[in-house]
Amino acid sequence: MDLSVILFFVLAGLLVMSSLMVVFLRNVVHCAMALVAALFLIAIFFLMLHAPMVGVLQVLVYAGAIMVLFLFVIMFLNPNTPEPRRKLWWGFGSLAALLFAGSLAALMTNGESADPMSVAEVFGSPEMLAKSLFTDFVLPFEIASVLLLVAIIGAVVLAKREP
Amino acid sequence: MVPLDYYLVLSAMIFAIGAIGVLVRRNLIVVLMSVELMLNAVNLTFIAFSRYLGSMQGQVVVVFVMAVAAAEAVIGLAIIISVFRHRRSLDPQEMQLLKW
Repeated sequence: MDLSVILFFVLAGLLVMSSLMVVFLRNVVHCAMALVAALFLIAIFFLMLHAPMVGVLQVLVYAGAIMVLFLFVIMFLNPNTPEPRRKLWWGFGSLAALLFAGSLAALMTNGESADPMSVAEVFGSPEMLAKSLFTDFVLPFEIASVLLLVAIIGAVVLAKREP
Repeated sequence: MVPLDYYLVLSAMIFAIGAIGVLVRRNLIVVLMSVELMLNAVNLTFIAFSRYLGSMQGQVVVVFVMAVAAAEAVIGLAIIISVFRHRRSLDPQEMQLLKW
């Protein structure tokens, strides 16, 4: 079996598992964390499918901004009693952070980065996305900006404390 | 290369899981998170088709879906805050004032 197929199955299993956790966990904060994991895995799938720009947007917009908003509302509405912290998770978190830092350091020291000009015109590059977005899809783009403005005003009006 | 069918089956599974979450959960915030999961399943389908058809339109559509999903999450959460102020509850079963 091909290496990419094996990678696909590993990621797909993790994605289905974290989606099931989103739906079936009892604690809302745990659901939100599982959703962050699912969004990250989908971003990895986007990278595998030659859509790096959309993958980066997925992490920034979805796993970043939207999930922060969700967590803000969760903590705003039902403040659960804080659970006692467990040592195991501290150890696990530090281990994961160390592994991540180690891999980053390895990348930074010996990674000879490819020439950026040579990869600029491959399929799915930000240039191609921008060309398509600002030539064929200009009108939907402008409509989306108006939609976001309406959403901002609507959210302020809806969530404002009534006098 | 991974066949296109695998991606389609995977995103159908994720969409079904999200739909189950919308139907069975009794917490409005989790219902909204399940809707986000369904939107992401559709995004995965778009990106997979964009890759296998060699067209950029799928990726552009995904960017628009993200913008709409952000607007939807913002408005949904504002409505949830507003409802919670009135009813002190997040259970959609209790919001049946208009039910016949």
